[in-house]
Amino acid sequence: MNAPGHVLVVGASAAGLSTAEALRRKGFGGRLTLIGAEPEPPYDRPPLSKQVLSGAWEPTRAQLRTKEVLDALDAEFLLGDPAAALDVERRSVSTASGTTVSADAVVVATGITARTLPGQSGLRGVHVVRTVADSLALRSALLKARRVVVVGDGVLGAETAATARLMGLEVCVVGPQPAPMTGQLGPFVAGHLAALHTGNGVGLRTGVLLDALLSQDGAVTGVRLSDGEEVAADVVVAAIGCSPCTDWLAGSGLDLDDGVVCDAHCRAAEGVWAVGDVARWHHQGLGRLLRLENRTNATEQALAVAGNILGEDRPYLPVPYFWSDQFDVRLQVFGVPSAENTVEVVEGDPAEGRFVVRYDGPRGPVGVLGWRMPKQARLHRAGLVDHYTQPLEPTAP
Amino acid sequence: MKITVEEEKCCGAGQCVLIAPEVFDQREDDGIVVLLDAEPPAERHDAVRESADVCPAAAIHLDGDE
Repeated sequence: MNAPGHVLVVGASAAGLSTAEALRRKGFGGRLTLIGAEPEPPYDRPPLSKQVLSGAWEPTRAQLRTKEVLDALDAEFLLGDPAAALDVERRSVSTASGTTVSADAVVVATGITARTLPGQSGLRGVHVVRTVADSLALRSALLKARRVVVVGDGVLGAETAATARLMGLEVCVVGPQPAPMTGQLGPFVAGHLAALHTGNGVGLRTGVLLDALLSQDGAVTGVRLSDGEEVAADVVVAAIGCSPCTDWLAGSGLDLDDGVVCDAHCRAAEGVWAVGDVARWHHQGLGRLLRLENRTNATEQALAVAGNILGEDRPYLPVPYFWSDQFDVRLQVFGVPSAENTVEVVEGDPAEGRFVVRYDGPRGPVGVLGWRMPKQARLHRAGLVDHYTQPLEPTAP
Repeated sequence: MKITVEEEKCCGAGQCVLIAPEVFDQREDDGIVVLLDAEPPAERHDAVRESADVCPAAAIHLDGDE
């Protein structure tokens, strides 16, 4: 396809904004439109469970660009107006307010939405952390609270628990895993995370599920767990994962399966692309579909999609990366490790609170994690590059 | 082109070092960005722009960039 005259980006957060910026950077001089569900100008989400929640930053500091920089992008922003439907044939998007925008290329960058707990709707004191409004509402509630229960033992639950604990609250984390992030990082690192949290006074309830939210007069008073224990709380945070925002694409004809399913070039249909948390594309290095919910992917995939819209015709083959801050520990995670990998300490010393581990799968190294050793972790990333960037040879059955 | 970095925002990813190792480095102890060349020559500008674009903490700012 020739260079499009008009690109419509649906989603005005990191992935959508980065796509627009990359298009301009690569010389796209046509019309550019961004549709955003939220009313705020594009902002960064990682600080929402950390600096914005703790109050260390004013929320405006999380804004991704100044007004001047956004103006210089020469794009039309339609904010506070969620997309409601996509016509793939015509490449036109209609919004909740009834506006319809047609373009030559459409980029789906609608991200993910936080899952909620059964019984959460309408109950005061139960929060999620996904938008800046969520983060500020939770902060306001935590400032008046004494006890908080975080339901969810993934990265968001662990970070939110650490922030709340540092704000002086009694904190309890509830989750099905033996330790926080076990499924993602394996038992070795998860064990260190559990020790970090308990050492800082966080209560962990592992291997249990939420049975019910307890409430009185429309306000949450605690939780009942699957083992029968009841834990009192003034505030409950639901950090049980997210779902791709694809409801608006139902009936569009796009392949929707835990995200917008794309080819190796992040293309969902002729002239339709997906980027960021919502995109589930074929990672040729891994030989399977992959969807990443992390900040780095939003910008790196945006560069790839912008290039492919302009005809670069390159598969997207990243070495995934995310980081996490919990108490005084910063984790750097390169690759996609799993709980099944073998783990070897390759730098530092866990006993001294600084180390790098390498995760090995059947075909060799698949991941590197730094625990308070960012630079050293990054240097070990080099050992993963082939695994992610060499297209996987088909293997005999 | 003049580069500034916000150390407080930096998350220590090192993406900038991977892309423009002549311009960026990381501190040994905490991985925070070290700016080696705040006004790099023109042939490095593309790499610096990409570093600023992909910085996951949006901690790299460019002034006077055309």
